Amino acid sequence: MDRNINFAYHPSGDTIAAISTAQAPGAIGIVRISGPRARDVADRVFTSAHGKKLGDIRGYRALYGRVHDSKGDIDEAIALNFRAPASFTGEDVVELSCHGGVYVTRRLLKAVFEDGAVPAGPGEFTRRAFVNGKMGLTEAESVMQIIGAQGEQAAKTALAGHDGALEKRIKKIRVGLTGIAAHLSAWADYPDDDIPQVTPDGLRSSLSYAKKELESLLRQFDEGRVFREGVDTVIAGKPNVGKSTLMNLLAGCDRSIVTQYAGTTRDVVEDTVIFGGIPLRLADTAGVRDTDDPVESIGVKRAFRRIGTAQLVLAVFDNSHELGAADFELIEKLKNAACVAVINKCDLPEKIDKQYIKSKFKHIVSISASNGTGIHDLEAEITDILGTSDLDPSQGILFTERQRDEVRRALDCVNEALDALDSGMTFDAVTVSVESAISVLLELTGERATETVVDSVFHNFCVGK
Amino acid sequence: MTYDAGKIDVAVIGAGHAGIEAALAAARLGCRTVIFTINLDAVGNCPCNPSIGGTAKGHLVREIDALGGEMGRTTDECFIQSRMLNRGKGPAVHSLRAQIDRREYSKIMKHKIELQPDLLLKQAEVVDVSRGEHGLWNLTTRMGAMYEAKAVIFATGTYLSGKIFVGEVSYESGPDGMFPAAFLSDSLKKLGIRLRRFKTGTPARVLRSSIDFSGLEVQHGDDPVIPFSYDTLTPGKNRADCYVSWTNERTKKIILDNLHRSQLFTGGITGIGPRYCPSIETKILRFSNKKRHQLFIEPCGLDTEEMYLQGMSTSLPEDVQLQFYRTIPGLEHVEIMRTAYAIEYDCADPLQLNATLEFKDFPGLYGAGQFNGSSGYEEAAAQGIVAGINAALKIQGREPMILDRAGSYIGTLVDDLITKGADEPYRMMTSRSEYRLVLRQDNADERLTPIGRKIGLISDDRWKRFQKKEEQKKEEFARVRRTVLPPSQELNDILVSHGTSAVTTGVRLEELIRRPQLNCGILAPVDEGRPDFPPAVFENVEIAIKYEGYIKRQKSQIDEMRKLENRRLPSDIDYLKLTGLRTEARERLQKVRPSSVGQASRIYGVSPADISVLLIWLGKEGKKHG
Repeated sequence: MDRNINFAYHPSGDTIAAISTAQAPGAIGIVRISGPRARDVADRVFTSAHGKKLGDIRGYRALYGRVHDSKGDIDEAIALNFRAPASFTGEDVVELSCHGGVYVTRRLLKAVFEDGAVPAGPGEFTRRAFVNGKMGLTEAESVMQIIGAQGEQAAKTALAGHDGALEKRIKKIRVGLTGIAAHLSAWADYPDDDIPQVTPDGLRSSLSYAKKELESLLRQFDEGRVFREGVDTVIAGKPNVGKSTLMNLLAGCDRSIVTQYAGTTRDVVEDTVIFGGIPLRLADTAGVRDTDDPVESIGVKRAFRRIGTAQLVLAVFDNSHELGAADFELIEKLKNAACVAVINKCDLPEKIDKQYIKSKFKHIVSISASNGTGIHDLEAEITDILGTSDLDPSQGILFTERQRDEVRRALDCVNEALDALDSGMTFDAVTVSVESAISVLLELTGERATETVVDSVFHNFCVGK
Repeated sequence: MTYDAGKIDVAVIGAGHAGIEAALAAARLGCRTVIFTINLDAVGNCPCNPSIGGTAKGHLVREIDALGGEMGRTTDECFIQSRMLNRGKGPAVHSLRAQIDRREYSKIMKHKIELQPDLLLKQAEVVDVSRGEHGLWNLTTRMGAMYEAKAVIFATGTYLSGKIFVGEVSYESGPDGMFPAAFLSDSLKKLGIRLRRFKTGTPARVLRSSIDFSGLEVQHGDDPVIPFSYDTLTPGKNRADCYVSWTNERTKKIILDNLHRSQLFTGGITGIGPRYCPSIETKILRFSNKKRHQLFIEPCGLDTEEMYLQGMSTSLPEDVQLQFYRTIPGLEHVEIMRTAYAIEYDCADPLQLNATLEFKDFPGLYGAGQFNGSSGYEEAAAQGIVAGINAALKIQGREPMILDRAGSYIGTLVDDLITKGADEPYRMMTSRSEYRLVLRQDNADERLTPIGRKIGLISDDRWKRFQKKEEQKKEEFARVRRTVLPPSQELNDILVSHGTSAVTTGVRLEELIRRPQLNCGILAPVDEGRPDFPPAVFENVEIAIKYEGYIKRQKSQIDEMRKLENRRLPSDIDYLKLTGLRTEARERLQKVRPSSVGQASRIYGVSPADISVLLIWLGKEGKKHG
């Protein structure tokens, strides 16, 4: 609460961070940190292989090492150091590059926030770049256009998902808080009028409701990781059933090496695709089979381990071959997994025992990964499986770190109001905290605080001479 | 026929609460000033409630006084009952309110104006204001006197094209039976000033001897009385009481049965009325499930038998007024002396003004009070002093006085008016200030007296007293921080009897004061080193300690806010051509033409993204010129 709560951008004293690569499948994900504490923040999440600190090296130098959060290692990473003013924004900047994929970069970004950076507003890096004289006039014009467009869209897109369920939910909390604030205001501004008494117990119960709701939003943000960060998905199957082809079909690009020889994919390769609104974090695996090749046997072991921890398994079978020992072993391993049986190569003559597959799997789909037949059926099956999850995004969940940050701040204000009540502070102090919470929530839904409370006073109370 | 009446510095049109403060400030700063009023007997008149102050309004009066204005001093001289409202609700919302002797108030104000050097009070109706030579303004009165003025301050109240409504009856009139200003509106429209029509109303005045007070709840004043003005060293005494009564189902029925006779509902009244000051018929309609409504019976003065019925403003016909007033306990045989009425008047859209209250497009013309869309004596006086000071400063080639939201309620009031405009008559409320734990009535002097001193409205004597008080505050603050009270039976008895825990070791005085259950006064018996300072000093120290965390946070918000206030926006930006702004923002900005990025950020429909665009644009312009 030491920040100005009325504006979406931050005072230049703040250190901001964001993922600066597209949040889509890509080889590298970059988290960019800019501001006076950039190196300090980066040094908290990044440990170089040689023990060097970013604070100790010159600008335009890079360090290789690992990024981590409180739970442990996240990934290997390269940290690029830029010293002010020789950087994109003209401030101290650190760019942490790690392997692409939504999950890794988001987790890293979260760690960066936990260590003192704040989420960057729309176009904020560019704005700082401009203000610090790092950008020409023509460029500035186009940046203004971009920010303008984002401003128009921001409130809409951020909350529009699922028929504005999140917006409705936040508004409900805010309306409750506005009711409290209006009652407090009417009670203070019209002392002689016939206004119902404000009681500590009444305030406490209204504030507790807001607290519970905000906490539930924060909790579901963590639970809602499935929708934000993707579902850990494994494509499994014996060699040459078309796993890599399937993955490429889903990813829309040549991610893993695909040949007609069995066992070409040696390691786990990751990519993320959006299926029915849910990001699937796909891991192609080395073919599931017994092997004497030492390199491959590592890959196979890893593949089995991933099946054990995956949230979703796409088990691929070859329509044109009979089921073999490796298939039966895989089916055995998948007994308790959330799994779709994908019968590939449906464009070739059927030799597989479909009845057996049907007896073992609830979700079955026939496709041709090479020509795309059946891809929509697959999407439907996946949505079906994940739709059974307890979390219903149509009830409104937080999507971005920025939203989470603001809900967190609103909760802090509500807690502060409750503390003030409990310690016997006068209600004017309680009011200030309640109004701060309202102002944060209004910011979240893209509205303005200005007259909300005043309007509510006149709407709800018969006051005035 | 017109004649040349001479050259003056400042002309003030209207001698109500806005005009008085404007004229006194301008004259005291050395400007040759003339203040015009339609009737000399209506100077400083209170045509509505006979009281000054109240929630947030009390803050305004304190602030006007801290700047060197007159309202607080005069109120202290003629109040008949004084109360500090909201005791126990927290220092941010403590507000003074005084019932005044309204004739006495008017008399004192008139005399002060008459005695003020460089100020001339004239009974005259200004009928025309037009552009003169060299940026000066020409004023013409109905008698044909033509003045040439460097600045003109409009403080026309409800006189400007005023029209009164009582039931089916309506006629052109100013307040309280005065003549209206019938010609000035046309002159303003001709200049190109945007006018609009607002409405307000007042309840009846009734004869004291026709009221039966026996069953009514009595409201006494406070003892001791806390004065408004920092100049009032020995405050007067309470000399009158107020009374409370309630409407009932019969009142409601009479009003509902006669709604067709109010022009509020038949369409005769088109002006926009204030939500916070609704007529009784509006209250009954809007809150139909409310069984009864409260009213206060307040004396209008000591040498009059007129009583004011607060809460009973109405536009219903006289016969209906009498009928429904007589349903109210205590008023069964009431006699009306002045009928309740609604009044419509012209006022200016305040979005045309900047923070000095000068018209952006008409340098030298200023607006204050109801003319700017506000309501209330205190709101008017607050704007009057801002306009008067700024007119004088401009004439003298000095820096303008711009009060911001973070420093005062006056600044908040002005900023709200010029940034958000007024869709209804604007009333000050504590909930309008986001910095209200800092903007308290107890520290108005700390916030504004240094500004008033710099401008030249604070006397040496007053300044010395102010500095002494600041010294004492500092001293006492340091003392309670370093003083440690040893644990003792006497101390623990005090602590336990006030519901807070006893101590076993020495404890700093500051820590004890911080406890919500305690205050400096309670601890006085065990606080041996307590100096003999005025109560206000202890109060201030106590608040600073108890609310330290909140005050600190609001101050840091203020620092952030002021950074944006300091990013000035040129007045000639063509927002319609500015790349990147959203259409809505573009139109609003073009209309308001804010003076700073901070002000821009408070305009309806301007989003944080638009503010980013403005900041970039500013940076770009800076580069172009730099």
